[in-house]
Order: sequence, then structure tokens, then C-alpha cells
Amino acid sequence: MTALLYVLLAIVLAVAIWQITSILNLKGVIATEKDNNTQGVLFAAFGIFFYGLMIFSFWKYSVILLPDAASIEGESYDTLYLVTMLLILVVQAITQFLLFYFAFKYRGIKGRKAVFYADSHKLEMIWTIIPAITLSGLVLYGLFVWNDVMDTSDAENPLIVEVYAKQFQWEARYAGEDNELGLANVRNIKGINTMGVDMTDKNALDDVPVRELRLPKGRKVIFKFRSQDVLHSAYMPHFRAQMNCVPGMVTQFAFTPSMTTEEMRLNDKTIAKVDGINKIRAEKGEAPYIFDYLLLCNKICGASHYNMQMKIVVQEEADFNAWLKDQKTMVQVVVQ
Amino acid sequence: MSDHHHKETFVTKYIFSQDHKMISKQYLVTGIFMGIIGVLMSMLFRLQIAWPDHSFTIIEAFLGRHQDGGVMSPDIYLALVTIHGTIMVFFVLTAGLSGTFSNLLIPLQIGARDMASGFLNMVSYWLFFLSSVIMVTSLFVEAGPASAGWTIYPPLSALPQAIPGSGMGMTLWLISMAIFIASSLLGALNYIVTVLNLRTIGMKMTRLPLTIWAFFVTAIIGVVSFPVLLSAALLLIFDRSFGTSFFLSDIFIQGEVLHYQGGSPVLFEHLFWFLGHPEVYIVILPAMGIVSEIIACNSRKPIFGYRAMIGSIIAIAFLSTIVWGHHMFVSGMNPFLGSVFTFTTLLIAIPSAVKAFNWITTMWKGNIQMNPAMLFSIGFVSTFISGGLTGIVLGDSALDINVHDTYFVVAHFHLVMGVSAIYGMFAGVYHWFPKMYGRMMNKVLGYWHFWITVVAAYGVFFPMHFVGLAGLPRRYYSNTAFPLFDDVADVNIVITLFAILGGAAQIIFLANFFISIYKGKKAEQNPWRSNTLEWTTPVEHVHGNWPGEIPAVHRWPYDYSKPGQPEDFVTQITPLMDGEEES
Repeated sequence: MTALLYVLLAIVLAVAIWQITSILNLKGVIATEKDNNTQGVLFAAFGIFFYGLMIFSFWKYSVILLPDAASIEGESYDTLYLVTMLLILVVQAITQFLLFYFAFKYRGIKGRKAVFYADSHKLEMIWTIIPAITLSGLVLYGLFVWNDVMDTSDAENPLIVEVYAKQFQWEARYAGEDNELGLANVRNIKGINTMGVDMTDKNALDDVPVRELRLPKGRKVIFKFRSQDVLHSAYMPHFRAQMNCVPGMVTQFAFTPSMTTEEMRLNDKTIAKVDGINKIRAEKGEAPYIFDYLLLCNKICGASHYNMQMKIVVQEEADFNAWLKDQKTMVQVVVQ
Repeated sequence: MSDHHHKETFVTKYIFSQDHKMISKQYLVTGIFMGIIGVLMSMLFRLQIAWPDHSFTIIEAFLGRHQDGGVMSPDIYLALVTIHGTIMVFFVLTAGLSGTFSNLLIPLQIGARDMASGFLNMVSYWLFFLSSVIMVTSLFVEAGPASAGWTIYPPLSALPQAIPGSGMGMTLWLISMAIFIASSLLGALNYIVTVLNLRTIGMKMTRLPLTIWAFFVTAIIGVVSFPVLLSAALLLIFDRSFGTSFFLSDIFIQGEVLHYQGGSPVLFEHLFWFLGHPEVYIVILPAMGIVSEIIACNSRKPIFGYRAMIGSIIAIAFLSTIVWGHHMFVSGMNPFLGSVFTFTTLLIAIPSAVKAFNWITTMWKGNIQMNPAMLFSIGFVSTFISGGLTGIVLGDSALDINVHDTYFVVAHFHLVMGVSAIYGMFAGVYHWFPKMYGRMMNKVLGYWHFWITVVAAYGVFFPMHFVGLAGLPRRYYSNTAFPLFDDVADVNIVITLFAILGGAAQIIFLANFFISIYKGKKAEQNPWRSNTLEWTTPVEHVHGNWPGEIPAVHRWPYDYSKPGQPEDFVTQITPLMDGEEES
């Protein structure tokens, strides 16, 4: 790869030097009819390259994209995304075509006079009103999804989980049997009580601290985010979920997992992506990768920002409940 | 204005000059110098992104103690992306672009002898120079330069315990930016006053070239929003140095609880983006103005929808001040506020769309002269559309959730305001070089420069969208910590190769620029056969711009290919013919 890089560099430098020396001979400064012709044709060629690049990228890179959403809210996200993306691509295809086509078609010819066409209220109304209507539709649809996704009401007996961020590690705490998180503040951090849970608060005693996040399929989960030092962002791309963790305040986000980890591993798109990854890993002699959901940090937070992660496992609700029961509660952890 | 004939020394002519044309050149050359630093930095961190564990001699040579055996440290990686962003956004695309062309063109195109205050103009440049020196100096401090991202969100930017760059490096960053803001405000006030007061006879506001409209409105946005960043910077200085808690609360770091209580980082985000978003338009509006002028001139056609273009500049400027929250959809801000910002943000797409359609229509049935400036203007329209459209994804609060802070965002803003604005700047340099230096730039080099740059820029930023859609966050030192991103590594290599190609292509520009200053072909008075006033001044600069009276203006600047006229252009100083109607 590096060899290719150096070859490329050498070519560019050679072209550069060749062209730069030619400046001493070429005194051309204003486009002639010949230039107009060449450059116009080049724009047409570039237009073709441009569409080629777009099509190639979509074909080649579709496999690296995130697989289907693993949450109910994420599914409506994906639909909104698809609608928006299609719309964008249509507009992109038309406007770029017109731009490059006009550059080619109306390249200057000596003696031809351009059309004096300074204004048309009708045209301008058209391209003000059509975008306005389209965008209104998108805004309404988007806000509908946004309200749905950002709904953190506890109407459906959701599971309450605190996700706690610090340089460069994630922790989590389930609300326990009372499903109510005990109070916490960084001033209570001491020894094994790494999240600063207030042990004088009776809601805190049955809270369950963990280092690996597990979630039940089909039950709404409300996340409460805290950070103890700098800004972090809890990014769970497979669930189309993200919220910043802000020192001094609690932020929240909610979603309902819709696919267990096992189910996701059997998803067609996941399989294609994992196959691609494992082909690369095999070439480098690395162990095969098995898919897992992840929580990653997505707000610059320091040197190891790039490696601040926590595994997420989604299970059937019964399995999840059994697992949670086996975990030590706050009072067990701190008192022992 | 009668004192412009006093005797000039070397110092008053070339260094502490109060002549807007000289100040404009000073801005441009300083901006180019800062641009070289910013681009070189991007080359270094692109090497790291593509080949994370590979040892590079060039990294060893450039980064000294911040590398180990040719592999850069994570801290210096973050510092490089931080300073790259800062330099490109503020020093190149704000001062370098607006400073150069507002200074050059405002007096020349409105028909004034100079800026309203030549002295303030000079002070503005030297403050900019000082802030550039401080920013560059900050690269050499012991613990490294500021590295909390160009958005310098606290607490990361406030606590040296959190990242070494938040020590002396951050202090210098803040001082540099405070001085930069002062410079920028002095410049902006001068532009506003000059446009309002010093127009020549007949130069009604509705006869101003779109460049001037763009610079004028940009200056207003700057005056409204830059002071807010200054206040944010000052409060951050207080938090860092004097123990206040404006932005900090409940912090436990390296085993101890800090005393801060009651502040909020979200407040800083609001203050930062209250400038930060208008800043995007401070960068792009001047480029839009330049491009409008060049497309009309080189298509030999009037700009389509002159009044709509002015209206959309004003609409964009107004809306730009009420959309900042779209950078904060997942900051923990109330979701209802997110809805409001989604609405205002997508509104801004309407005037932007109007502008794009009007540029394309201006080219329709034109007689396009393919000068390098025109190529870059067409490139501008292309990248502005490509980048602008993905703004519809990011501006929609619901869709932003999953692409926020990923490479999708990096691709979006680089296309829509980075690459576009740089194209606008290049277009401006190629077009007004004869006005600045009295010589012409070489067109063949210009063509090579354009085509390599345009292919490289799309080669970098088009695939980058997919990296973001794969879920890769920005500002990751390396993606090797996640097997999930192993398949992104190849794309990153492609991107880096294109980036190096694009960076190298700028050598062509630099050579063309600097050689043409001394060896370029002597310029004619009006080489592009343009209508605007600056081409009625003599090629050799005179202090005061016109040797005699300032000419009066009789028409708008876009009478290209007007029926009944002998030539395909009619300068603004040409009186209406008998029975001719003003367009």
C-alpha cells in the first residue's frame, strides 16, 4: 500500500514539476475557444466520472453499512432515513446533471451571443415553493419520528438503566427491584463505589452495578446517562441511539430492543458484513470476529477516546431476568 | 480623503499600509501560509487514520517528541485535528477569504477611494497577524497545542488533567482567538460602514454587485455573532484560571473531586454554536458572492434572479442566527427545542436551493468562457449541492441521532463549507489576481490545479459518507480497537490517497500564484470583459484607486449580452442609451 502511495506521490510531483516549468513557455492566460471546448468536454467527462463514483460507492460500500436497526424506534428511523436519502439522491442526480450538462452544452463559441435572460418570477416561484412543500413534508415526518424516539415517559413499565461514563470506560447500573435508581453524585465516589451512589438513599440499595450491558428484547429501556469527568457520548449505532453524557446533569434516551444478539447474528446484512470483516482479518492472520452490539464513545474525551467501549447483549426477557437476579446489588457490593 | 498623496516609505507602503489593496494582499498571503499549515496537518493525520500502526519518517520528522518511532501519539492526533479545524475555519476561510476579498473589492466595486477607516483596517490585519503568530506558537509548547476539538467543549478544554493540550496550549488558543475576534470585528465594522456610506454617485444598493451584498451581509453576521464567542472564551478563561464554575460541575478526575459546582457544559455549547453556526455562513456567503459574480461574467449572461439572490443572502443570514441548536440534538437539550431547531434548519434549505437553481440557470444558454475562475465556480456549485443535500439528513433531529459526530458529518461539512469555500477562494484569486498584482495567472496550470483538486476532493469526501454510515465516530485516533470497523480500513486508505493527491495538487497553485506575481503576463485593464467598477481603475495601483474623479454609475452590474448593445458587456459606468431601459 505504501509503495502505491509513493508511486502516486512521485507521479503527482513529476506532473507538477513538468507543468511548473512549462509556465515559463506558456503565456496563455485567458480561455480561448479551444480551451472552452476542451474544458466543456472535460466537464461532460467529469459528470460521467461523478455518476460512476456515486454508483460505484453505493455498490461497493453498501456492505460496510450498519445492519438493520435492532430496536423498534430504530426501525422507524430507518424508514425516515430511506425516504430522505431517496429524495436527496433524486435531487442530486438532477441538479448535478444539469450543472455539468450546461457546462458542456453552452461552452463558449466565438461570435455566439448568450441569451439575455435575467429573471422569471414563475421559475423562481416554482423552485421556492416545491422545496418548501417537500421540506415541510420532511419536517413533519421527521418531527413525528423525533417525538416518538425521544419519548422517555414510563407509561409501559420500562426498564431503567443508568449508563455511566468516565475516561475511558463505561459502567452501568440497573434500578433493581423497585425500578428506581438511587441518588448519586461524584462526591460519594469511594473505593468500590465507583459511580458515587448515595448509599443513604434507600432506592440505591437494590441497584445493580455491572460492567457489561444486557437488555431484554421487547421491553422499553430508559437510559439515564451521567459522566464523572468530561463530555462523553453514549453511541449505540445498531439501535440508532445516541445521547451525550454531561458532567453535572442527567440526560436520557429510550428504545425498545427488537432483536436479540443471537437473532442479529443471523440477519442477512450482519452475515454479509461479518463475512467481509473476517475475510480481512483472515488475511492479517487475526482471529475471526463474532458480531456483538456495542456502546461506543462518540464525543472527543481524551487520549483513549478511540477505545472506550462496552459490549451490549440483548436477550429474551426471561433469560435477562434470570441473569439480572444473579448479579450482586449495590448493598452486597459495597458492604461486603 | 485628500491626504492620499502623502509621501510613502517602505514601511507605510508594504508593512503598516492603510491601503485596502495592500491589506487585502497581506490577508491573502497570511491566509495561504496558514492554509499550508492546516493542509499539511490533515496529511499527517490522514496517514495515521489509514495506516494506524505504520511507522512514517515524515511523522518522525514533523512531530518530534509527540511520536514514537514514526507513529504519532493519540494526544497529538487530537491536537492535529483540533488545530486543522481551527486554522481552516477561522484563519483561512474567515480571515483569508473574507479579509482578502472584502478588502480588495468593497472600495473598488462600490467606487470608493479606500475603506472608511484605513487605520482600523490596518489594525484589523495586524491583530489577525498577531493571532496567527500566537496560534502557530501554540504548536510548540511543551505539552502540545489545544486538543479538545475545534469546538473546545469544556470540561475537556478546561482540565489539563483530562488532556495535556488543555494546559498552555489551550491558553494560547483562547488568547489567539480573542485577538482574532477583535480583528474580525474591526474588519466587519469597517466593511459595513464603507458599503453604507462611501458608494459612488448612482451606486444604489440595488446596483451593487452580489459580491458586495455578500460581504456586507457577512460582516453583519460577524458583528452579531462573534462577540458571543468572545464571551464564551472569556468565561472559559475564568473557569480555567480563576476557579469560576460557568461551564463545570460535579467533576471527579484522577482520584479527586474538583470544587466546581453548578455550571453546565451545555451552556458553553449554546454560546459556541451561537457563533459557530453563523460562522459557517460567514465562510460560505463571501464565496457565494464571488461565485455569483464569476458565473455571470464568464457565462456572458446576467445573473439569474438578481433580487432573489439578494433576498436569499438576507434570508440565509437571518436564519443562520436561529439554527445553532442543530449541533446539539443529542446534547441533552430539551427535545422540544430540538423540534424548533429542526424546523428553522430545514427552512434554510429553501434560500440555499434558490441560489443553486439560479446559478445553474445563469449558465443556461450562456456562452461560457472556461477560465480557471469559472471552473472553480462550477466546482463550487457542485460541491455546495452535494454537501448541502446531506444537510437535510443532519438538520433533521431524528436522523441526526445516529449520524451525529460520525464521519458522515465530517464529509457533509467539508463538502458544503470546506471545499466549497476553498473553491470560492481559488475562483476569486484566479479572477482578481490581475487586479491585485497587475499580472495574470497561467491558465494551463489553473486547469491542472482544478481538475486534480476536484477529482481528489470528491474522492476524499464522497466515500467518507459511507464510513460515517458504517457508524465510525470522528476523532478516533485509530479504528483498530473495534473489529466492527475492520472493513472500513480499506475505504480510509482510498480516502487518504486522494487526500495526498489533493494536497499535492495545491503545489501547482502555489507555484502558479507566486511565480505569476513576478513573471506573469502583464494584465490588461479589463481582462475578463467585466462590467464592474474595479476594472475601470488603472492596472498599476494608485492610492485612492482612480487617478481622477470617481466615475458615476448608471446601471446594474449584470448587463451581459444585452440586446442592442455593440459588445457582450456594458460596464456600470456606461450611461443608458437613448430609449434603453434599465434591467
